[in-house]
Amino acid sequence: MTREQKAKISAVVRYAVLVAIGFIMVYPLIWMVGATFKTNSEIFTSAWFWPKNPVFDGYENAFKSYGGKINLLTSMINTYKVVVPKVIFTLISATVTAYGFARFNFKGKNSLFALMMATLFLPQVVLNAPQYIMFNQWGWTNSYLPLVIPSLFAADTYFVYMLVQFTRSIPKELEEAAKIDGCNALKTLWYVIVPMLKPSLVSCALFQFMWTSNDFMGPLIYISDMPKYTNSIYLRMSMDGDVGFQWNRILAMSLISVIPSLIVFFCAQDSFIDGIAAGGVKG
Amino acid sequence: MQKKSISKIMAENVGFFFVIPWLIGFCLFKVYPFASSLYYSFTNYDLFTGITKTGIMNYQKIFTNDDIIRAFAVTFKYAIFDVPMKLAFALFIAYILNFKLKGVNFFRTAYYIPSILGGSIAIAILWRAVFNTDGLINTVVTFFGGEKINWMASANGALFVIVLLRVWQFGSAMVIFLAALKGVSEDLYEAASIDGAGKWTQFFKITVPIITPIIFYNLITQLCQAFQEFNGPFLVTKGGPNGATTLISILIYNNAFLRHKMGMASAQAWVLFLIVMTLTAVAFISQKKWVYYSDEDGR
Repeated sequence: MTREQKAKISAVVRYAVLVAIGFIMVYPLIWMVGATFKTNSEIFTSAWFWPKNPVFDGYENAFKSYGGKINLLTSMINTYKVVVPKVIFTLISATVTAYGFARFNFKGKNSLFALMMATLFLPQVVLNAPQYIMFNQWGWTNSYLPLVIPSLFAADTYFVYMLVQFTRSIPKELEEAAKIDGCNALKTLWYVIVPMLKPSLVSCALFQFMWTSNDFMGPLIYISDMPKYTNSIYLRMSMDGDVGFQWNRILAMSLISVIPSLIVFFCAQDSFIDGIAAGGVKG
Repeated sequence: MQKKSISKIMAENVGFFFVIPWLIGFCLFKVYPFASSLYYSFTNYDLFTGITKTGIMNYQKIFTNDDIIRAFAVTFKYAIFDVPMKLAFALFIAYILNFKLKGVNFFRTAYYIPSILGGSIAIAILWRAVFNTDGLINTVVTFFGGEKINWMASANGALFVIVLLRVWQFGSAMVIFLAALKGVSEDLYEAASIDGAGKWTQFFKITVPIITPIIFYNLITQLCQAFQEFNGPFLVTKGGPNGATTLISILIYNNAFLRHKMGMASAQAWVLFLIVMTLTAVAFISQKKWVYYSDEDGR
């Protein structure tokens, strides 16, 4: 066998593996889309994603309330009542903190930075109970405050760490020029650093958007009033509470719930991929 | 004179003002809860009746109660299956994607989508439909002449279902591996293939050693996540059958937020924390033996 033939065969094998695994990975999602148009009996007898006799009652019912003052749309609005402020607060607080760590020397900086890095390894599960007790004493439970306010204080250390890495890669000459032009530290941050950080800020915003939209544990612990349910706990309630279990309805609700995340992902997938790669590898 | 020196100190430490917000949050939302939970772990703190007793009774119970011991054992089992499978998968796919193939970006996206959605409840619901007794998987199994498997009713089946849910989300680890693989110099591969080394030899003798720092990074992060896994067992298998998928995170949740036994929940969380810390420490110590840093001073 010549070298070219060998190369050709191995390329074919690689594609075959990629396609086969990719198919297995994505098929459940495709099947889910099809299943929203199927009746219960078809969902559980056919592995083929295409519905034989499409029915649309899944979507009609998806928007109906189960009783109580909440339905799918209000639960999604609730989710974004948490997501939007959290993303904005995280961007501001993480940028300011990262700037302080990446560009200045002050007493105790290294030990503070080490402490910050240590919190990356601190499991949230250790903090859940005591944080709940604290927020409960403050009267914050059953509101979005425990979910949102910590992000004002750069509580998601991962983003600070990511932005520190990116800030370090910005050439210092720019800031020195700004200093000569009479910019103070705050102005330098706003006019020099932030514009340079824009791509990384986009990927931070995207990750925080995804993680907060998907967050289940936080709302599960803190939100008890049904009208305040975020989408994730609303879906969980539907899953556990649906009498007679109309799968097409539940799956349609699930699909509608992930559409915003999917749209965001497809519009910005390169930022995502760059973000993970940089955050992981530069460490 | 006095004023001047103060403003000088201010100027020298201006960076400190930038980290003040973080420092406040760090003390309030991390240090204080962390320390108070250690204290609570030695009490019988109940959210409604408060503390009436202190001592090591929670820890005594953790090490003697069969249900709690089993939860820790199941958590270990979960992590032992989940972490290596996820890493191996992620590395394998990243390795194939790293060959200059057309349409790599398309595949990269397809493999990454489960990681984007995986944490959502929507996927937990899908997983229950797929692994239902009459679900997608069993339809395929019977098509090939197999017998229906009652996934949720067997201990190993249920564990497999939630392990698979997380292995399915290997996208982030894969992307990190892919970035690392791009950094491996082509010259090394060329030199090796001139010496007659096949692709597999190249993979294990060149690629793997060079990216060990990234393998190490992924190992640590995945380990931390696996020991805290909650959504899969809580939503898909509901801890069952008979506690076979009741990971320790479920017990902690039940104690803290269903029974309001904050003391017990804190003690269990601390034991979990110490286990994760120990494993991380072991990994850090062992890295001298297997992690290769190209620059002498490591990181």
